Amino acid sequence: MNTMNNSVEIKNLDLQFGAVKVLQDLNLDIGKGEFLVLLGSSGCGKSTLLNCIAGLLDVTAGQIHINDTNVTWTEPSERGIGMVFQSYALYPQMTVEGNLSFGLKNAKLPKAEIAKRVKHASEILQIEPLLKRKPAALSGGQRQRVAIGRALVRDVDVFLFDEPLSNLDAKLRADLRVEIKRLHQRLENTMIYVTHDQIEAMTLADRIAIMRGGQIMQLGSPDDIYGRPVNKYVAGFIGSPSMNFFDGAIKGGAFTTGDLTIPLTGYDFASGGAVDGPATLGIRPEHVVTGELVDNAPVKVDVGVELIEPTGSDKLIDCQVAGRHFRVRMDGQADVAVGQKLRIGFDPGRASLFDAATEERL
Amino acid sequence: MATERPNQLFRNKSSKIAAIPMIVTALFVFVGGTIWTVVYSFTKSGLLPRLNWVGLDQYERLWATRKWLVAIENLVIYGICMLVLVFVIGFILAALIDQKIRFENTVRTIILYPYALSFVVTGLVWQWILNPEFGVESIVRAWGWESFSFDPLYNADIAIYGVLIAGLWQGSGLVMVLMLAGLRGIDQEVWKAARVDGIPTWKTYIFIVIPMMRPVFITTLVLVVTGIVKLYDLIVAQTGGGPGISTEVPAKYVYDMMFQANNLGQGFAASTMMLVTVALIVIPWAILEFGGSKNRG
Ligand SMILES: Nc1ncnc2c1ncn2[C@@H]1O[C@H](COP(=O)(O)OP(=O)(O)OP(=O)(O)O)[C@@H](O)[C@H]1O
Ligand SMILES: [Mg+2]
Repeated sequence: MNTMNNSVEIKNLDLQFGAVKVLQDLNLDIGKGEFLVLLGSSGCGKSTLLNCIAGLLDVTAGQIHINDTNVTWTEPSERGIGMVFQSYALYPQMTVEGNLSFGLKNAKLPKAEIAKRVKHASEILQIEPLLKRKPAALSGGQRQRVAIGRALVRDVDVFLFDEPLSNLDAKLRADLRVEIKRLHQRLENTMIYVTHDQIEAMTLADRIAIMRGGQIMQLGSPDDIYGRPVNKYVAGFIGSPSMNFFDGAIKGGAFTTGDLTIPLTGYDFASGGAVDGPATLGIRPEHVVTGELVDNAPVKVDVGVELIEPTGSDKLIDCQVAGRHFRVRMDGQADVAVGQKLRIGFDPGRASLFDAATEERL
Repeated sequence: MATERPNQLFRNKSSKIAAIPMIVTALFVFVGGTIWTVVYSFTKSGLLPRLNWVGLDQYERLWATRKWLVAIENLVIYGICMLVLVFVIGFILAALIDQKIRFENTVRTIILYPYALSFVVTGLVWQWILNPEFGVESIVRAWGWESFSFDPLYNADIAIYGVLIAGLWQGSGLVMVLMLAGLRGIDQEVWKAARVDGIPTWKTYIFIVIPMMRPVFITTLVLVVTGIVKLYDLIVAQTGGGPGISTEVPAKYVYDMMFQANNLGQGFAASTMMLVTVALIVIPWAILEFGGSKNRG
């Protein structure tokens, strides 16, 4: 990738709290105008990485470049970033207008310029009627809009979000998610967004970085991450309900587990071809077909329905395949009952194979 | 099933019954005692309370007494200096400790320690420290600065400041822990947001953090102000009101009148004046604070 096109570059970043290594030798390049999501389970170091980019934490080793300038030891306010926090972090004693303008006033910007920026930001975020209110008189969604506004008025190239929607209810979260995506399309600036909600990650991201234990496991487009997870952890982490795994072995171009043999024709091996040995096969519940579609599926199995979880749009079926617990996603309208026999099928071409020892994708 | 809303009076019956003795005590002792004091301040009571009315005579005499006027003046000086300095010192100490320093617990304990001492001990300790023969003055002179002079307690013009030093030494620790608790209650993300906005630390304290700590400030203010008005034992232990009458305070005036001059009427009049002064400060504040709360967000 050409250096000139990168908005943020992180080079060999290490961060330790005392003896605890939180980030280790982390490298990440983020292109101009890219929407990058940092996704991972709690405690994996997402916020820590974001705070390092913002300059709120002093790095132990490594460098951070923003817009081709080394900002590793630059104050947060001079890095050309705006940041939005999970708890909104508004200044409670100031009005919305005060919150938006305080930083600018402090930077001694001309009054007219401040007024212009506040007006512009409040138009974009539709918070004009709220300008004279204090944060206490706002709903959670409105507060977060103000917090985004405070980043917006800074007129910067890079926006950092630390779980901005986690404190909101499900409906509002979905609404604001769409707004953030619109905002990104309109402003076309770089956004780095931390979340542990995979739906948020999938819907918003140009690229997702899956983090675990202070390292990036996989960096790729949402499609990539969903369709070709690099290891078993990513495969299990992404997708809900999560992937079905079978422990077995590859032998002569087929995968065997218990009494089930799955031919691997159509599977796109990362390393070029099948190598015999123990392996794990993963199939997403939504890639399993039922009904007439089974006729065209390369692998067909008969199962008994053990449990049904209706979610409205879907029905999740629990059953046993090759002596292992297995989940299938069916249409919400599907006509099934507990105890019924069901014929299911799937395509190994859409499955994922992992090495049993290293858990890396085969 | 009950269909009507239960009578509010009979809800939580047992806890209400349990509270009755306390309510009665409060009414009789506090309210009753106050009224009784005010009533007897209009009498000529001497050694024993008697209902022989003299109208406002006691008050006229009070305001004509130099000792009382000095006491009031001292209270104003001590009060204003104490209030300002104890908040400034307490807050600065708290802000320093809040920088996640090492040995925080130790430092906090050391600074809070004086508060655990009684005023009498504090008074005596500072009497020694400020004594020209054993204290600071003699130590500095022993180092070789022969002309050094520091004896506030022996100079009538500044003796009250000697008391102030002792009061600050004892009171700063409490203000510090309260402020520290307040600072710890501030969301760390607000600090981060201010840093990203490029706001210097001192401005963040003044414009963002301190306004957020308003409730802590009010609690602390109440504690400090009551401490100031009650100021008595420190004076008795440290200066006994002297030299002369230069460190007299109202509470001591009341005590002296009631138990040494055998002039209850005069003591009651002085305490009523203290009550009125406190009421004049507290009532407008309470109206502002609680009356206006409906209009606030
Ligand atoms: N000040 C600190 N001192 C020591 N360890 C810390 C400190 N802050 C964070 N950590 C540790 O660093 C690790 C990463 O923390 P971080 O806040 O980045 O997690 P996260 O991925 O943002 O998690 P979450 O989704 O819960 O916000 C955690 O294991 C945490 O315990
Ligand atoms: Mg976090």
